[in-house]
Amino acid sequence: MNSKEYIESGILELYVFGKLSEEEARDVQQMASDNPAVRTEIAAIEYAVVNLSHSVSPNISSETYDKIRRELLGDAPIEVHKKSKTTNWGQYMGWAAAVVILLGAASMYLLMNSQMNDSINSEIDKNKSEFKTMQKTIISLEDQNKSSQKLLKIIRDKNNMVVTLEGQPAMPGAKAKIYWNKATQAVYVDVQGLPTPPQGMVYQVWSLKMDPLTPTSIGILNKITADTSKIYQVESTVDAEAFGITLEPEGGSAIPTMEQLYALGKM
Amino acid sequence: MTQDELLPLIYKKDDKAFTLLYDMYAKSLFGVIYNLIKDKEEAEDVLQETFIKIWKNIETYNESKGRFYTWILNIARNSAIDKLRSKNFNNNLKNLSADNFVHILDDPAKASNKIDAIGLHEFVKKLKPRCIQLIDLLFFKGYTQQEAADELEIPLGTVKTQNRNCINELRNLLKA
Repeated sequence: MNSKEYIESGILELYVFGKLSEEEARDVQQMASDNPAVRTEIAAIEYAVVNLSHSVSPNISSETYDKIRRELLGDAPIEVHKKSKTTNWGQYMGWAAAVVILLGAASMYLLMNSQMNDSINSEIDKNKSEFKTMQKTIISLEDQNKSSQKLLKIIRDKNNMVVTLEGQPAMPGAKAKIYWNKATQAVYVDVQGLPTPPQGMVYQVWSLKMDPLTPTSIGILNKITADTSKIYQVESTVDAEAFGITLEPEGGSAIPTMEQLYALGKM
Repeated sequence: MTQDELLPLIYKKDDKAFTLLYDMYAKSLFGVIYNLIKDKEEAEDVLQETFIKIWKNIETYNESKGRFYTWILNIARNSAIDKLRSKNFNNNLKNLSADNFVHILDDPAKASNKIDAIGLHEFVKKLKPRCIQLIDLLFFKGYTQQEAADELEIPLGTVKTQNRNCINELRNLLKA
């Protein structure tokens, strides 16, 4: 049997469903390891049934999530651990500290060098220029740190309502967060948990009213790769009941492409 | 993320492993479990059991045993079926077939995930009724080919290919 006939026989579906005998399953494994077309087909079948079962599943209560998490990981803190990926300013601080230490070492080195004789003047010049480069680095780190601080301030505002957007069948692992400031109506979206969009595609953020379902575009995230913080301000909204993010062609769409709904969350 | 990328991360059994495993598969497994148990609270208990079993036995899984998803799907289905038996639901598996996964969507009280289902209902409902039955029996309820053939009164030899056509239909609907 060639690989096309093999694929068409329907045996791969039963393999993914777990309905083959051990011996039959071993045959499939063998075919798969010899044949990329078979492997691709298996992955596609799996993707389809994971999506199907995911989409007919009722919501799982947060109590059950917490219980499972505790059972598996012990009493590790839940919220902080799982959801503190908003900014990386702590990481920049680490870098800044490292640079300060390096600078200290470098100036000591300069001092010692200057007490020695002229034959190592060229060495000193080299160090001076390194020193300048480091100064530049520390300035840029300070800038980054400032913008991180600014972001933190926005995110920590007590008027914020935080909405977690969960991954949808189009991208089950996706995650995003909306910070909606009830005082200013400003909306920020944190897309750290979304993959970089493919060439020619962008993420579009929607505010949703539920009954009847009315999506309103509140922003297109054009430069997702350029920004390290992955936090964007989008248009303000007053009456959203839910937020969603879809993958759309560049320039965005008038209505959301529901098959490409990556993340969704309601108040 | 492909299975090859996922597994080394999951084997670490740390926080990230848990988050990945849960985010990628909890709802899929819960869809299967709920479709068998039909009671949200009981189904959530079974989901918990399932995750504990996966976590405890993860070292015993290796890729020569088949797909990782198939392995966890079997754990979920078997746990749900054990639960049904232990409860003396008086349900042998065959009595389960009166209700299939599409009914979860039809009953708004059961589907507390109204919002999740926006636009997703529709592709499921576009499946042919025969396909819904077949996928329900083979995938969701874990029937053997023989059991499915008996239940639907179709020749054993056609179960595999009919199911293949149905999954193709599903794949096309997902692409549309």
